[in-house]
Amino acid sequence: MLLQVKDLTVRYGGHLAVWEAGFTLGEGEVLGLVGESGAGKSTVGRALLRLLPEPGRIVSGAITFKGRDLLALPEAELRALRGAEIALIPQDPLAALNPAFRIGLQATDALALHRGLSRREGKGVMARLLARMGIADPEDALRRYPHELSGGMRQRVLIAIAFSCGPSLLVADEPTTSLDVTTQAQILRLLDGLRSETRVATCFITHDLGIVAHLTHRVAILYAGCLVEQAPTETILTAPRHPYTRALVGSLPLDGIMPALQGPPQACPFSDRCPERMAICDTAHPPLKSVGAGHQVACHLY
Amino acid sequence: MAGVLIGVVLCAAAILAPWLTPHDPNRQDLSAIRQPPVWMDGAWDHPLGTDSLGRDLLSRLLWSARVAVTVALGATLCTAVIGTPVGLASGYFRGRLDTFLMRVVDVWMSIPAVLLAIALMAVLGVGLLKVILAIVLVDWTRFARVIRGEVLALREREFVEASRAIGLGPFRIMAEELLPNLVPLLIVLASLEMAIAVGVEALLSFVGLGVEAAVPSWGSMIAEGRGYLLVGWWGMTLPMLALVVTVVGFNLLGEGLRERLDPRLRTEAAR
Repeated sequence: MLLQVKDLTVRYGGHLAVWEAGFTLGEGEVLGLVGESGAGKSTVGRALLRLLPEPGRIVSGAITFKGRDLLALPEAELRALRGAEIALIPQDPLAALNPAFRIGLQATDALALHRGLSRREGKGVMARLLARMGIADPEDALRRYPHELSGGMRQRVLIAIAFSCGPSLLVADEPTTSLDVTTQAQILRLLDGLRSETRVATCFITHDLGIVAHLTHRVAILYAGCLVEQAPTETILTAPRHPYTRALVGSLPLDGIMPALQGPPQACPFSDRCPERMAICDTAHPPLKSVGAGHQVACHLY
Repeated sequence: MAGVLIGVVLCAAAILAPWLTPHDPNRQDLSAIRQPPVWMDGAWDHPLGTDSLGRDLLSRLLWSARVAVTVALGATLCTAVIGTPVGLASGYFRGRLDTFLMRVVDVWMSIPAVLLAIALMAVLGVGLLKVILAIVLVDWTRFARVIRGEVLALREREFVEASRAIGLGPFRIMAEELLPNLVPLLIVLASLEMAIAVGVEALLSFVGLGVEAAVPSWGSMIAEGRGYLLVGWWGMTLPMLALVVTVVGFNLLGEGLRERLDPRLRTEAAR
């Protein structure tokens, strides 16, 4: 197993962002992390790189990557992993590029740092990557500043940076939300092509079930920081079990808003909005139960 | 625009003073004391008149510009070199380091600047380098404080996170990602700092704790001219005018640069 996350709990001060979430990722596998804003999906993604924004803290749990305990790794060794073994594709490509530098310089940082390439060699590698991503004149793109490129071009640059050092784990944090629909489709196709070629395991963070259907092998559904259901993509889309997943997949309207956890949940976090609420839902938090091949669900119905 | 013009004229005066000046600024001529400027029936030999020791005012004003420019550049450079890393480290690392550094800055800033400068000079003794040192010791906190504020905002930007995500360490991020984005702010801060430095130097020289007595300075010229205000007003007024124009000029320069370099303040007119 390439990546194993066990009972991951993350706190932002008095707010519990993720509660005992666990999943695994095999080589070449794509896991979709799905949930609404604030469900903790980006937090899980950042935790994999141990790059939580202040005041985020990993309170408990374990993240094992290639047999190494990421949470016990000293900062220097972690830096050697970031960008080389574990790469991030950020959400907003304009914000993720430094406005003060040309693309060519910042895009070769990772190659210079992890592969010891000179800037000239790095630009060669980058130009080849960008050309494969359908950028007509990559040398010209490398000479430009971030604001001179289109959103799609910028996201291609960031994807190229993420792939440049040949990572074995990729965290893609809603990489297409800031793009228009047609560009989204192109970028997703490119990303999927590169991913299947390089066989990089991917953690794909999204709220878009359409993307999930096309790109992922397995899906984990997060709600209020809790993992409520996990199953192969096919199963999630055709036979969802958790009432929340059923509402998502069926695009059913839900009343109310998602609660924010302060401490360990004493009840099912979804009970307020659940159409199938029972007495036990308000008194006990449902544990994850296996309900089929690779299919787990946290609901008192099962 | 006016700020740039004043800056250029001042620098030109400072650099070219030895060639522009009609007289040795320290040569006394007791047979020609308190000569009026030319427009008050003075002689062209002393275009701006002479002081109470018969020294040529124009020459002394120009030589004083050298002191002003040296102090402005030297003090600004040093405050930036000390204040910027403090602000960067404080804002980037946050936590205890930030608390410690900012409390030091708070305590430092709570001491009245003028008193601190005068006290320092009284201990250090007079001299150009000592004036610069005193200004740096009084004013490094301004850079530290403002830079820290900007870094606090910058560090939350996604490109900083992206650099961390490719494995860059904190010192490279500060030097290579944050510092270049601080350049516009540094330029503005520097020009305002120059105005302050010139003012403080004049003040110290005025009370006799600035540069050596043999070196002409607007501050000491104002002090010397003060006693003869009724019989030779130009002796005090002309150096004051030079000082005011310089300080206003640096302030205008800073404001102009701020409008140019800060897109949030950019108006149609400035564009």
